[in-house]
Amino acid sequence: MIEIIDLHKSFGKNHVLRGVNLKVDKGESVVVLGGSGSGKTVLLRQIIGLSKPDKGTVMIDGIEISRLNENELNEFRKKFGMLFQSSALFDSMSVWENVGFALRQHTKLHDAEIKEIAREKLKLVGLVGVEDIMPSELSGGMRKRVGLARAIAIEPEILLYDEPTTGLDPIMADAINDLIIEMREKLNITSIAITHDIKSAYKIADRIAMLYNGIIIETGTPQEIKNTSNPVVRQFIEGSAVGPIVLEGVKR
Amino acid sequence: MFIIKAIESLGSAVKYPVEETGRIILLWCSTLRWIIRPPFYIRNTFKQMSEIGVNSLPVVLITAVFTGMVLALQSYTSFKRFGAEGLVGSVVALSLTRELGPVLTALIVTGRAGAAMAAELGTMRVTEQIDALETLATNPIKYLIVPRFLSGLIMLPLLTVIADIVGIIGGYFVTVVIFGASKVTYIRMTWDNLELSDIYNGLIKACFFGAALSLICCYKGFYARGGAEGVGRATTGAVVLSFMTILISDYFLSAWLFV
Repeated sequence: MIEIIDLHKSFGKNHVLRGVNLKVDKGESVVVLGGSGSGKTVLLRQIIGLSKPDKGTVMIDGIEISRLNENELNEFRKKFGMLFQSSALFDSMSVWENVGFALRQHTKLHDAEIKEIAREKLKLVGLVGVEDIMPSELSGGMRKRVGLARAIAIEPEILLYDEPTTGLDPIMADAINDLIIEMREKLNITSIAITHDIKSAYKIADRIAMLYNGIIIETGTPQEIKNTSNPVVRQFIEGSAVGPIVLEGVKR
Repeated sequence: MFIIKAIESLGSAVKYPVEETGRIILLWCSTLRWIIRPPFYIRNTFKQMSEIGVNSLPVVLITAVFTGMVLALQSYTSFKRFGAEGLVGSVVALSLTRELGPVLTALIVTGRAGAAMAAELGTMRVTEQIDALETLATNPIKYLIVPRFLSGLIMLPLLTVIADIVGIIGGYFVTVVIFGASKVTYIRMTWDNLELSDIYNGLIKACFFGAALSLICCYKGFYARGGAEGVGRATTGAVVLSFMTILISDYFLSAWLFV
């Protein structure tokens, strides 16, 4: 279970997270919605311990992640898989080496066995026959899939998705959505996705949380969010430029 | 009012370099800490050693041979004015082992391998590959910086030895083959006046330069910010700061080792 309690984070004068509270149960799929610059990515980085909070805590299975030392944190991270917005594949390694990276680091398996596992994981995300090519030769959608295969290679309990559908065409985006649902069903993984793609959120979420002005202003099932009376959430899901949400640097 | 302004601008001018020095030292400390802790990325280290050492060798060879040749050319023609051509061998050997071997090798390695290091790590940073390493439970300092640091430390003295030898051969070629001076005098002068301490003190310098340049270039790349432009800035910064560090520390190291 993931529990975020009163989380604050600033960058200089920019107070990005202003007391985020969020609970994610085991096996649940939560989508955090929010506009550009709302601090979604900052929140995700806090959960996996890539940066430390100024105030507040992130508890994962009862352990406070910011209290862990370097070694404990590394050990702890084996519970996680993360899919980056840009996929963040290692461009000096072939596809199978990317997927098998964590196995190579943390197990004593031979390369042949790792390659076999990588091939299996790639098949799980719908890729066949790409093991030996380099990431630079892949399309955006394929890179996302390889990134996902890499994230699930050491069988994590928690998967984090940073804007999984951003930058993909609608069909590929939907295919990735299906894949996220499949991961949850097949592997029984707890997942947190951040996105501004409403359609994707409706599809993959058990629960949606809306991040605005550094706090979670509303949570609910997709159905509840669809019928919300909160004007900010309304404006966001309707995708209207007119409403209570102030666009930074834009005058109306 | 004016005085406060002046102090303020002095303060802000000093703040950045002091901060940066501090952060480089911190990175150095954690690099040292990770060197002795397993796992050891031996394959990575060998790859970097070949990147820094083997791939820099051709440029180092060419630079060293021509440096030795021009040293011999200049000192032969000048020393001839007061009839001291016989000393050319010593001048070439001493200048190369004590000074030019380590410094030129370090500058070349910075320009070739150091810049590449900064650009590579910078690109990895801005494309989130370093974050990805962390999420895969791999410490990026251990995985990326330790192998580069060790390779710099090990390969620089090796390249310097080769540069010293090749430079002396270049000097021999100009003095003996082109100017027709005595072969025996050149070799004798080289052999008799060169002490072991000249060579190993030069190599101590090379070790220091190798460690410094790899650490600085890694630092600049590792903390790069802001897309392609940021990577460019990091690379330029890495080369400039390494050059300055090499040339400035060279003076102090020489004062300490040779005086």
